[in-house]
Amino acid sequence: MAIRVSLLLLVFLSSAVVSFSLYEDQVGLMDWHQRYIGKVKHAVFHTQKAGRKRVIVSTEENVVASLDLRHGEIFWRHVLGTNDAIDGVDIALGKYVITLSSQGSTLRAWNLPDGQMVWETSLHSAQSSKSLLSVPINLKVDKDYPILVFGGGYLHAVSAIDGEVLWKKDFTAEGFEVQRVLQPPESSIIYVLGFLHSSEAVVYQIDSKTGEVVAQKSMVFPGGFSGAISSVSSDKVVVLDSTRSILVTIGFLDGDINFQKTPISDLVENSGNAEILSPLLSNMLAVKVNKRTIFVRVGGEGKLEVVDSLSDETAMSDSLPVADDQVAFASAHHEGSKIQLMVKLVDDLDTVLLRESIEMDQHRGHVDKVFINNYIKTDRSNGFRALIVMEDHSLLLLQQGAIVWSREEGLASVTDVTTAELPVEKDGVSVAKVEHTLVDWLKGHMLKLKGSLLLASPEDVAAIQEMRMKSSGRSKLTRDHNGFRKLFIALTRAGKLFALHTGDGRIVWSMLLNSPTKSEACERPSGINLYQWQVPHHHAMDENPSVLVVGRCGSDSSAPGVLSFVDVYTGKEISSSDIGHSVVRVMPLPFTDSTEQRLHLIADTEGHIHLYPKTSEALSIFQREFQNVYWYTVEGDDGIIRGQGMKSSCAGETADEYCFTTKELWTVVFPSESEKIISTLTRKPNEVVHTQAKVSTDQDLLYKYVSRNLLFVATVSPKGAGEIGSVTPEESALVVYLIDTITGRILHRLSHQGCQGPVHAVFSENWVVYHYFNLRAHKHEVTVVEIYDQSRAENKNVWKLVLGKHNLTAPISSYSRPEMFTKSQSYFFAQSVKTIAVTSTAKGITSKQLLIGTIGDQILALDKRFVDPRRTLNPSQAEKEEGIIPLTDSLPIIPQSYITHSLKVEGLRGIVTAPAKLESTTHVFAYGVDLFYTRLAPSKTYDSLTDDFSYALLLITIVALVAAIYITWVVSEKKELSEKWR
Amino acid sequence: MDKGKAVMGAGRRWAVDFSDQSTVPSSRDILDPPGFSRAPPEQDDSATSRQKKDAEANWKLQQKAWEVAQSPFKNLMMMGFMMWMAGNTVHLFSIGITFSALWQPLSALQSVGKIFEPFKDNKVELLMPKLVFLALNLGGLALGIWKLNTLGLLPTHASDWVSSLPPPQEVEHSGGGYVFH
Repeated sequence: MAIRVSLLLLVFLSSAVVSFSLYEDQVGLMDWHQRYIGKVKHAVFHTQKAGRKRVIVSTEENVVASLDLRHGEIFWRHVLGTNDAIDGVDIALGKYVITLSSQGSTLRAWNLPDGQMVWETSLHSAQSSKSLLSVPINLKVDKDYPILVFGGGYLHAVSAIDGEVLWKKDFTAEGFEVQRVLQPPESSIIYVLGFLHSSEAVVYQIDSKTGEVVAQKSMVFPGGFSGAISSVSSDKVVVLDSTRSILVTIGFLDGDINFQKTPISDLVENSGNAEILSPLLSNMLAVKVNKRTIFVRVGGEGKLEVVDSLSDETAMSDSLPVADDQVAFASAHHEGSKIQLMVKLVDDLDTVLLRESIEMDQHRGHVDKVFINNYIKTDRSNGFRALIVMEDHSLLLLQQGAIVWSREEGLASVTDVTTAELPVEKDGVSVAKVEHTLVDWLKGHMLKLKGSLLLASPEDVAAIQEMRMKSSGRSKLTRDHNGFRKLFIALTRAGKLFALHTGDGRIVWSMLLNSPTKSEACERPSGINLYQWQVPHHHAMDENPSVLVVGRCGSDSSAPGVLSFVDVYTGKEISSSDIGHSVVRVMPLPFTDSTEQRLHLIADTEGHIHLYPKTSEALSIFQREFQNVYWYTVEGDDGIIRGQGMKSSCAGETADEYCFTTKELWTVVFPSESEKIISTLTRKPNEVVHTQAKVSTDQDLLYKYVSRNLLFVATVSPKGAGEIGSVTPEESALVVYLIDTITGRILHRLSHQGCQGPVHAVFSENWVVYHYFNLRAHKHEVTVVEIYDQSRAENKNVWKLVLGKHNLTAPISSYSRPEMFTKSQSYFFAQSVKTIAVTSTAKGITSKQLLIGTIGDQILALDKRFVDPRRTLNPSQAEKEEGIIPLTDSLPIIPQSYITHSLKVEGLRGIVTAPAKLESTTHVFAYGVDLFYTRLAPSKTYDSLTDDFSYALLLITIVALVAAIYITWVVSEKKELSEKWR
Repeated sequence: MDKGKAVMGAGRRWAVDFSDQSTVPSSRDILDPPGFSRAPPEQDDSATSRQKKDAEANWKLQQKAWEVAQSPFKNLMMMGFMMWMAGNTVHLFSIGITFSALWQPLSALQSVGKIFEPFKDNKVELLMPKLVFLALNLGGLALGIWKLNTLGLLPTHASDWVSSLPPPQEVEHSGGGYVFH
């Protein structure tokens, strides 16, 4: 009954608040937000003027941003859409940042100081092609400064002032690909060099005023060219031929084209395939060959000579004009634990303008990119600052032999997240250490009291806020009683692991994945997924928890896999192994061995299943459950789902006793002409469900069908697989299935006519909520499907239940083919959705909230009660009391229930929830370009006092009461005495 | 007083002694008025009247005991009315009323002896009132429990016993999905 009362109370507490929000002064108490930009592709410095020094960067996350050169802070930032990749960035007129994006079809100008968009021009694009942005410095046409853009087969000249297209030249007919736009100084003629079908070099001379072709020369090169090109001077470019073994110097002086071939073998011995590196160096080019970078000077007559060679891990910058017509470039490479940064003159490689050696964290990898900028020191000599991008995507500014600032831009591309516990607090750390003294503690609470009684002065308010921010060990590195302090382990695209503290979001440790063998084939494995490998909580308490990082040597799915085990407390790699087979899928099993290492199965491309850890104990555990382990694969392109069971050890083929073969049990084939799989989803394997029953208003019982072996599959008609609105309602249908992955049985099928993907779904307990587009209504819809077990519905005899004579908790098998029934309901939803997640709590008692990542990169918390199939238009009194909301056609979007409040998680890609130890509370971590963390209590914190509970007030009240009792006692004693004397 | 004594002492002419209690009529010179009898009332007559009085008191006691025994009935009616007023939803008021409705009969049942203490007498028949008292209080208790049930606070439904049961374990385990790209 106690449970029932508490549940009822809970229902009341939760129904009392439809939405809840933060007060302004609570922002930042539980949540943190980190802004990133991603791996930098281009950087343009803007340091000429005396004002704020800044660098404009564009990144692989499609961000254009202006960074403060002094501190590395973001002045402004714009995140373009996921399909709007930035091809080039430059500064025009000294006040506009010009970006070219979407394969050369969108040109935008942003105001340099504040990042406001000045103009945007959509350029006509006929075909997809390489794009090119060129902002000539001293080209002026009738008070206008044209920007030359090539993209989609057209060459456009766009006015820098207002974005108007001055002229355009159509090259689509010929299939001409512009490689370089060169503009000799003091001339109104621009040279456009390009290739025709990769075998013919064409040079157009175009009048920059009108866009008319003045002259055209072409010449066929029989060998054919391969992509990369290096322009060494205003009338010469160097390109590789298609065999990548001959360097071709193309001179187009005065419109005449001439080729000059130089085999690379003439330059270096035993040369293999060469690659031209991108840096723009004058009269010189950098070629990567034989794992070395060689510098080749281009002589006056197109003669090539090698002047220097460096190791291929050297990153180089573009050339930078320094004083006296000299051009310098920077190179950076690793030497032990240090980075050697050198700035040399292009003409004279022996003149080293700058040589710096900087201590660098091992876990940043090697230098990927260098951008340099010079400044004039007080002694009139040149000083250099270098912006470097490391292998882990971090961005650092080096100046005067030190790292001025660094940004962990790897965190902008998080691919997988898991949680980990912090170490348990050691004995001997008392409260006094945390709170200093009792006096301080009291003072703090007095301040809080003042605040709550509205007596606080502005200074006090500031003090309270500050106190809250660094309140009692919020960011301590030990476990706390409520489980509020945790680590989020994030794996990034660069293959780096970060451990982020939930308290303040700081990086506790970071680790770059290393190849176990250091072989040449696999220098740096790319991380795929993260799994919790060892979480000691009953046994093996003296061992540190660890995570498993599954990686791969290369991008191909058949590439050999790498397993890496990382200690969560220290961030050190315990071990890593080259497993010798590929990794296509990992399945964590619900079994652990005696040291609480979780058993994992890894499937390879050959259809074999490998068991990890490779110990005999794990093997014996697995052998016991051998018959009960199943496997399924989704072949999205063919529209087939296959189910497999374990067959035998693959001892016949290999001697590996931890390798197993499978046998096919079932297949579900979707008709390819009408259905195409667009989304599949299962429940989170570690989700905790508190109860199997759902009680309706009239004490009626419904038994939830809670199974981990359910697969939600959404298919659309192949026509409707494109963008929203690309088909008519009649042509498109969305069908969802619930499939048992053990038997292949389709438990439920629901078809939505006239609907279209993309489908975003969330699967929890016995329900699925999914979001799609309704073409007929021109609105997004959300549908909920709840699955109930009909075969258990007979268990309604109270006495049997009281005496425990039931089989409700007996293990069940999918082969018992339980009868199902479902309830579902659909609602309109006003927003596009990027991702949906659901809150998860320690025991699963607390009511759930859907966390909807909206198209505006915010996260909306929506009570599960809004997506309850039992909602009716006119709920009865009892139903209302139970918290059933009257049915409305659309789900409400309450502005206060955005858990991101005023912030945006730019480029939102995923939301991860993890339970805290306190049942009411759940951790929410959202990642995209930005990171956001907050703690949520979907039914409010019914099991603890809130942070702003005034202990001082309680204390004072008690003291006052005791004092009052004492005083009245004394007074009454006196009165009694005087009475007696009368 | 002194003055009176002095007056009497000085010159008393006559006096009537009202304190004469002699039973003999002719002890004085003045005859008793007619119909006056100096004899005290009859002894046996007074005895019967006392008996009567006792019976009356006993009857009253009995009556009181009955009254006490029936007092829970009024309470019962009142409780019933309050319960009806409180409605069938769980909130502070209805829970308070229900618990007081449970508590009152229980405490009354505990102190049955004490309540009938004042009427304890060999002559007073207390068994029946006690039984009635008990019955009425049990009735009150039943009413309270019934109310508790209508509030849904008694585990009389299957849902009360199932809602704490965790979902059953699954025999089979499966994994898989799309291949990693």
